[in-house]
Amino acid sequence: MIRKVRTHPSQNEALLFECSSPGKRAWQLPELDVPAVDAAEALGAANVRGEIPGFPEVSEVEAIRHFTRLSSWNYSIDHGMYPLGSCTMKYNPRINEVVARMEGLAWAHPYQPESLAQGAMEVMARLESALAEITGMDAVTLQPAAGAQGELTGILLIRALLEKRGNPRRRILIPDSAHGTNPASAAIAGYTVENVKSTDAGVLDLEALARAADGDVAALMVTNPNTLGVFEANIAQAAEILHAKGAMLYMDGANMNALVGIARPGDFGVDVMHLNLHKTFSTPHGGGGPGAGPVAVKKALEPYLPTPRLKRVRGKWAWDFKRARSIGRVRAFYGNFGVTVRALAYILAHGGPGLRNATVDAVLNAVYIRKRLEPFFDLPYPSPNMHEVVFSDDRQAKLGVRTGDIAKRLIDYGFHPYTVSFPMIVHGALMIEPTETESKLELDLFIDAMISIAKEVETDPELVKHAPHSTRTSRVDEVAAARKPVLRWKPA
Amino acid sequence: MYPENFRYSKEHEWVLVEGGIGTIGITDHAQQELGDIVYVDLPKPGTRVEQGRSLGSVESVKAVSDVFAPVSGEVTAINPALADAPEKLNADPHGDAWLVKIRLSAPGELEDLMTAADYESFIGAEK
Amino acid sequence: MLDACGAASAEDLFAHLPDAVRLRRPLDLEPGISEYEIADYFRARAGENADGYASFLGAGVYRHYRPVLVDAVVSRGEFLTSYTPYQAEISQGTLTAIFEFQTLICQLTGMDVANASMYDGSTAVPEAAMMAARITGRHRVLAARSVHPEYREALRTYARHQGMPVEEFDYAKDSGAFDLDDLERKIDGETAAVIVQSPNFFGVIDDVGAAAEIAHARGALLIMVFTEAVSLGILAPPAGADIVAGELQSFAISPSYGGPYAGIIATRDQFVRQMPGRLVGQTVDTRGNRAFCLTLSTREQHIRREKATSNICTNQALIALMATVFMTVYGKEGLRELALQNVAKARYLAGKLQTVFTGKCFNEFVVRTGDPESINKALLKKKIVGGLPLGRFYPELADSMLICATEMTRRADMDALSDALRPRLAAEEMA
Repeated sequence: MIRKVRTHPSQNEALLFECSSPGKRAWQLPELDVPAVDAAEALGAANVRGEIPGFPEVSEVEAIRHFTRLSSWNYSIDHGMYPLGSCTMKYNPRINEVVARMEGLAWAHPYQPESLAQGAMEVMARLESALAEITGMDAVTLQPAAGAQGELTGILLIRALLEKRGNPRRRILIPDSAHGTNPASAAIAGYTVENVKSTDAGVLDLEALARAADGDVAALMVTNPNTLGVFEANIAQAAEILHAKGAMLYMDGANMNALVGIARPGDFGVDVMHLNLHKTFSTPHGGGGPGAGPVAVKKALEPYLPTPRLKRVRGKWAWDFKRARSIGRVRAFYGNFGVTVRALAYILAHGGPGLRNATVDAVLNAVYIRKRLEPFFDLPYPSPNMHEVVFSDDRQAKLGVRTGDIAKRLIDYGFHPYTVSFPMIVHGALMIEPTETESKLELDLFIDAMISIAKEVETDPELVKHAPHSTRTSRVDEVAAARKPVLRWKPA
Repeated sequence: MYPENFRYSKEHEWVLVEGGIGTIGITDHAQQELGDIVYVDLPKPGTRVEQGRSLGSVESVKAVSDVFAPVSGEVTAINPALADAPEKLNADPHGDAWLVKIRLSAPGELEDLMTAADYESFIGAEK
Repeated sequence: MLDACGAASAEDLFAHLPDAVRLRRPLDLEPGISEYEIADYFRARAGENADGYASFLGAGVYRHYRPVLVDAVVSRGEFLTSYTPYQAEISQGTLTAIFEFQTLICQLTGMDVANASMYDGSTAVPEAAMMAARITGRHRVLAARSVHPEYREALRTYARHQGMPVEEFDYAKDSGAFDLDDLERKIDGETAAVIVQSPNFFGVIDDVGAAAEIAHARGALLIMVFTEAVSLGILAPPAGADIVAGELQSFAISPSYGGPYAGIIATRDQFVRQMPGRLVGQTVDTRGNRAFCLTLSTREQHIRREKATSNICTNQALIALMATVFMTVYGKEGLRELALQNVAKARYLAGKLQTVFTGKCFNEFVVRTGDPESINKALLKKKIVGGLPLGRFYPELADSMLICATEMTRRADMDALSDALRPRLAAEEMA
């Protein structure tokens, strides 16, 4: 039975360009307090454009209704549980939004004098030191704009250190369970990617690693807990194998929500890692960004961090641009400062004990889901899980229903689907991450929905295969979209 | 199902040789595995290809698959119909939806390929 | 819940972790604080930054008014707290907004197709350069020295291990526009892309069309960069550009000490499959209704892995939405008026100061002041944040600063700046 949702009227809405009519306006500008100019004279006639064809012309109320109606077509964490595995969709506290918009922070210009930016620099320094403590690493840069850019930064750091030692080497090892960004980032850093198979238990294969790790391997990129939600118990031994060969251990921190306050990558041999502030530290995903991907390193890699670095000069913060061994900038300015503010607010709100409690709750929630759903879905890797659990659709596939269908049916029950078909080492994966946000009440609703769908697969598979049935938009034709791409509106 | 006069590779390409020119395509089995094909990327005529090396790719919504040259030679023509109608690869992979024509530089390579009967038992075993 | 999990205590949930990896002490962080205290802490930090100062800083980050509608829309939980729109049936809000964004960027830049946004302008530039290398099969990149210096630094970092040499061509010392002769000298048959910015870092409007002709004659692509999106309200879209890589911070995105911002990449139809980043396309659902979904995903890292067009995973959806709302509010007429106000303010201020370059400017320009650092220190006492001293990026302009005026710059503040600079300018002239 569907308990969480009922249908309600949903407004239709045309595209902006279809609602426009000449002369409507939502803008206001003050009277000019200086003489007006003639565009052609001031800019050169050839440089001046005519009107922008198709650009919108709507009133203020039409603008707000347009975006409000669009917003009502989205599901969000504010609606309910968002169990996307590997994405850590936790509640985004609203205080974070309020503080990030404070005028002295939101309107700080990146080139304003250091004497007038001490508050912003203090926020960055405090977050750097908190992240270093949480990860057990020695230094942190906040510059990378997102997780994938953090990966690129981390690999460039490794490359720079190995170059300094005489040989940058040519290969990066990546387990077959890794996120797609890992190999893509390694390739941009100029490395060849070599996949390493996992063991039958879905974890790092130390023997395979020892065989692969020769003098030409720069690093192993590993996610821990891995994408099955399983802690890589051999991680310290893996680090030893790599270090003995002069190679490094890179950790993708996507799953750090399982470890904060429990275990620190710096204590189990990791040399460099990135964090996703939009996952572990609660900054909003915003429908796909912005995020931030700080990189934490051990001391040996610190000289190579992107410029500039914060430093303390006569009791004040200053930017240090003179860093001879730095890999350079990975982007303009200092990082996604607005995201930094939100992440620090989250850390301040929780404090040390609160952060650890959040981890415990996140793991408890995932283990609870596993125990309750194990009788209904196949669990291909039975090792103890941490913050997420990965089932396979093997049992349902025999009746012709795949993980993607179950995910779509979950929408009818009022939930966002879990992560579908990832990691690739699981056949027909259902990857579920509840985070610490969900109460037992919401978890039980989710579990009941999953059990109900498992039964529907047996009694009425067609119902599941054609889901969702309750949404204003039914399954979309992705094949047509890709065959004849229409990527912008054009007048009829 | 699989024409007797074609030769087949383990990567699921077929080749039909007539007068020193090989017509190359992907097999019905390959198109079924890929699902709805949305895009085909082919080399320019004049490109030299080597047996076993990628000569292009075919894409579905969520996968990309390399097309490996079953024989070496120079590309003399590409199928112009596929740019606007990649779905033909799903409908008629052994006929209208051929990919490229190649002037064979080493006809002896045909010996490395499978007959229709061999290919059918090969894909049977793969399943 | 612990019972259902077969655990006697929360600690049991972690019993499978090797003892050696466990943290056996509390994190060395202060205890948690309440919402009120958090607001207090950040209010204090905000107070340590510039407060109540007039500012003439631009240089890639501009002070433009943010219409209140922008935060009203992006604060909605439906936009703020949703994920990347993989599940099209329950993400049509975000998908439709991105489709509108892509359309607006095409209209603004005059290009055929735009992606769903990049991290920012500085990372859009190396992504555009790598895209040009894939299209042309060449590897050399030639960037104008008048492209934002920090963008060029990011470009060098990305290019270093791609076998992509980055060389630069100079600007003309009189006009501040790029030096076409130097471009002619340095371009060759290995050049994949020529990268120019307009208005350039000195605020000068450059002849992108002339650079495009030179690039195309040698088989290279022309990448046009912009940092001041408001300029596109009045300036003709880039003639002859093959790829446009720009920064949208001017469109209602707070300066926020350097980020988050949103970048764009726009190009011609024939290059779309070499484009990095997310794309939203139009299609229909099973009931035949118009719908949108992410498309052409096979270019991306989660499918093509190490062979992807980029390692970028997502876009800057919420920031791009700010820009979309901004463009909606200003619209066809308003964006032009806004741009003209910027030109008027900058003209007024430039008329009172000694500008270095003769080229036509949009809303910023270079002024020779002599020792800009000490002048800026003196200005701070008058509650004025002066322009950006250029010596850090251009040693030959160590006596100059880059000054910006926008629609938010008041005449009284401009008069105060010119009064403060005038005695010095006079002294310089006498010396």
